[in-house]
Amino acid sequence: MLSTAVTYAGGYRVALQGQRALAMGHTGVAVVNSAELGFFNPAGLVLLENKINISAGVSAVFSDVVWQNEEFGQLARSESPVGTPVYLYASYKVKDWLALGLSIYTPYGSSVDWEKDWPGSHLVNNIELAAIYVQPVASIKIAKYLSVGGGPIYVSGTVNFNRNLNRTLSDIDGNRSNVTIDASGVSAWGWSAGAMITPTENFRIGLNYRSEIMIDAKDGDATFSNVPNSPLTPFENTSFKASLPLPAELTVGLSYEFLDKWLFAFDYNRTYWNVYDSLDIDFASPNVPDSQNPRNYEDSSIYRFGVQYDANEKFTLRAGYYFDESPVQAGYFAPETPRNDANGYTGGLSFNVNSNFAIDASLLYIRFKEVQASYDPYFENGQQVPFGGTYKSSAIVPGLGITYKL
Amino acid sequence: MKKYLKFLPLLALGFVSCEPELDNPIDEAGFYTNGEADFTNYVALGNSLTAGYADDALYITGQENSYPNIMAQQFSLVQETGAFTQPLMADNAGGLLMGGTQITDNRYVLAVGASGPSPKRYAGMAPTTDITNHLSGPFNNMGVPGAKSFYLLAPGYGDLAGVAVGTANPYFARFASSPQATILDDAVAQNPTFFSLQAGDNDVMNYATTGGIGVDQTGNTDVADYGYHDITDPQVFKSTYSNIVSRMVSTGAGGVLMSVPDVTTIPYFTTIPNNALVLDAEKAAGLTGFFQAVAGIFTQKAMMGGASMEQAQELAAQYALTFNEGPNRFLIDVQATLTNPLGFRQMTQQELLVLTIDQQALAQGYGSVVLTPEVMEVLGILQQGGQPSAEQAGLVINAVSGIDDEDVLDNQEIQAVAVATAAYNVIIKDLAQANGLAFADVNALFAQISGGGFPYDAGTLTSQFVTGGAISLDGVHPTPRGYAALSNLIIDAVNQKYNSTVPKVNIGDYGTVTLSNEVE
Repeated sequence: MLSTAVTYAGGYRVALQGQRALAMGHTGVAVVNSAELGFFNPAGLVLLENKINISAGVSAVFSDVVWQNEEFGQLARSESPVGTPVYLYASYKVKDWLALGLSIYTPYGSSVDWEKDWPGSHLVNNIELAAIYVQPVASIKIAKYLSVGGGPIYVSGTVNFNRNLNRTLSDIDGNRSNVTIDASGVSAWGWSAGAMITPTENFRIGLNYRSEIMIDAKDGDATFSNVPNSPLTPFENTSFKASLPLPAELTVGLSYEFLDKWLFAFDYNRTYWNVYDSLDIDFASPNVPDSQNPRNYEDSSIYRFGVQYDANEKFTLRAGYYFDESPVQAGYFAPETPRNDANGYTGGLSFNVNSNFAIDASLLYIRFKEVQASYDPYFENGQQVPFGGTYKSSAIVPGLGITYKL
Repeated sequence: MKKYLKFLPLLALGFVSCEPELDNPIDEAGFYTNGEADFTNYVALGNSLTAGYADDALYITGQENSYPNIMAQQFSLVQETGAFTQPLMADNAGGLLMGGTQITDNRYVLAVGASGPSPKRYAGMAPTTDITNHLSGPFNNMGVPGAKSFYLLAPGYGDLAGVAVGTANPYFARFASSPQATILDDAVAQNPTFFSLQAGDNDVMNYATTGGIGVDQTGNTDVADYGYHDITDPQVFKSTYSNIVSRMVSTGAGGVLMSVPDVTTIPYFTTIPNNALVLDAEKAAGLTGFFQAVAGIFTQKAMMGGASMEQAQELAAQYALTFNEGPNRFLIDVQATLTNPLGFRQMTQQELLVLTIDQQALAQGYGSVVLTPEVMEVLGILQQGGQPSAEQAGLVINAVSGIDDEDVLDNQEIQAVAVATAAYNVIIKDLAQANGLAFADVNALFAQISGGGFPYDAGTLTSQFVTGGAISLDGVHPTPRGYAALSNLIIDAVNQKYNSTVPKVNIGDYGTVTLSNEVE
């Protein structure tokens, strides 16, 4: 697999789509800088000076969550593997007014591993979710001040999820009964389109929209383990259907060059999480009850700020900040994506090896407030049994990339 | 370029150790406090409840959910404690072997048969716990299933050689430090800093669960006379219990004493109703007629034996039982006396049947009348105004099938159990107070569970058999969830006494009955 992304932003959005942009708070809808535009705003690709532009990179996501319940003396930590989301963007300027390109990126994903049979294991033991976007793009300069761009998106998604069947069911030896659902190579299509306006030489306005993409797993495998040998628990391995939305995202922003060497950028993201109402798993076997898991996400906003300073011929320095609003509502804080509002602090630099080749490094530190939260819509014998406690997350993401232009 | 790259692994190393930290993590010293108690070395003394016995057997997962083990885990959250060790069984089948021969049954599991779910003996694996495999202790959990209070002081109670002849306990024989060691000696030798004592249950329960076939030894202080199914004299209990307490506190240990539950509220006695003789109108009339015949035959017999008609009719009246459509109370056998010469009567409202009663037999007339064709013939003769022979009349009398003593706890026996339990509980509470120990009112908890129920986050724990969640499939011992509720009760008592803040457990995280169709 190309990537294993770790949740660290609102929901399971993983905003690590370019080291240069990330170092500036993941701004970029109005920044004409590198082939990273292939994600942030394809409309800008035609404005790049060079004929060929390539950007590629990888991040290492160190992200963990700790949970505790003071009343019962319970404490658990997620032991999430290090995620390594990647990206690759290439563009080629065919004409002065036309650039074509290819973008590969992983904007959604999640990987959380709790200690097996931890107190919230009836909600999740572990989850791994990955989606790779492959997108051919075209960028067209329509007028002196206006360019547009976009293209179709092909997505290949993978999901693997394990949880215990309930809080107590176990086999004769006390091994907890659990289910793993697994689906891979689930494909879907979407699109993105953007526009860039350049009113003056040092001021740009950008707009980009990426469509919602529904990952419909139709023939995944559901595997039940440690189920008691009893007609009262007729769980059997079966296939399942489930739909997971990768929500639409709208970005508007601006960039402003000043004092010759400085650039300021601001992006506003609106992620249309409202579509994620419930994770419903429809098991094919009539003996296995279907699973409804309300999520009740709401649309959320992210505010991003970044600055860039061209220190000298060799070095370009960047810094940024963003505020990421969680789409998760009170009472729906599920430990599979245990995310509350976050403050992201970023920094980074480019080292220009020569006029064609640069190395880009970035570092993201995300600060989460400690939060008292619960997931309420879990039912046992018809009675609601909330699962909650004190959560705290942390994430540090160093990233490395290259930029090539010719 | 290389000179920059070489620092990257170092950078990454720094991030790996960057774990999120809570403002007030519970695993930080001082979040909880042990107060004036010292839980460093906790030793639990008691019988089957302490051992984690459930489903009529001892098995690993039951032991893992024993209240001492649950409490020890919670104690370890408030201070650095030693490992809590238990004499774990070898499997989850539960049966004991002695030299390869099975001597106790496997556990119960809930199996689904043609008539729905019911408890059955588990047969999915052969039992492997052989009591001749001696475990080297010491063990913090000294709970010994079957132990009465005074057995804790009995030398030889763990002597393997005594198991076959009934003078020793197979569970204690597995881990007694020597054949002559007492349970109490082995507990004291561990220098406990904290202990729990749960004793007295079997001093009355063994009498109750066998329908009072034993003797109420109240007033007799000579334990040598006692049978296994007898009620222990409260004076004996008092001297035994205070002896145990004084030995345990002699090392300066703190502790908690637990009261004895009223055993008559457990599903073992409350599941089979005493009025489960459900009749339609025709059968009720038939049975009423049958007992009129019995009364008539008795009158004749009594008069032939020399009684006046008045006397005979007065005595016979008690046998002219009336049955109604719907539920009727069963008959029980009682001692034949001058006032009840036939030696049976109908149960009264308070009297209890045991869970282990043969229900198939009940359906076939056990507890009422076993009507054979021969008996029907005699009834026919009577109905037509005929005169049956003495032999035929005897057939009618003998068709009455009262429930045996061992299957029923009658009013007198219930009273004996209640008096002894109350006496023990006064003694336990007084000793807790006198020794400055915590007192956990287990009796009150059981009363709540069998009364209104014990609320938890997903419902209410009751003592309803199988479905109530509190009591396991033997109708006597708690489920893991029941043991968790018991742990919380004791933790509350300890916290109150010692100003500690030991956290309770979420009892909804603990299971109830185990399902399996791998049964006999």
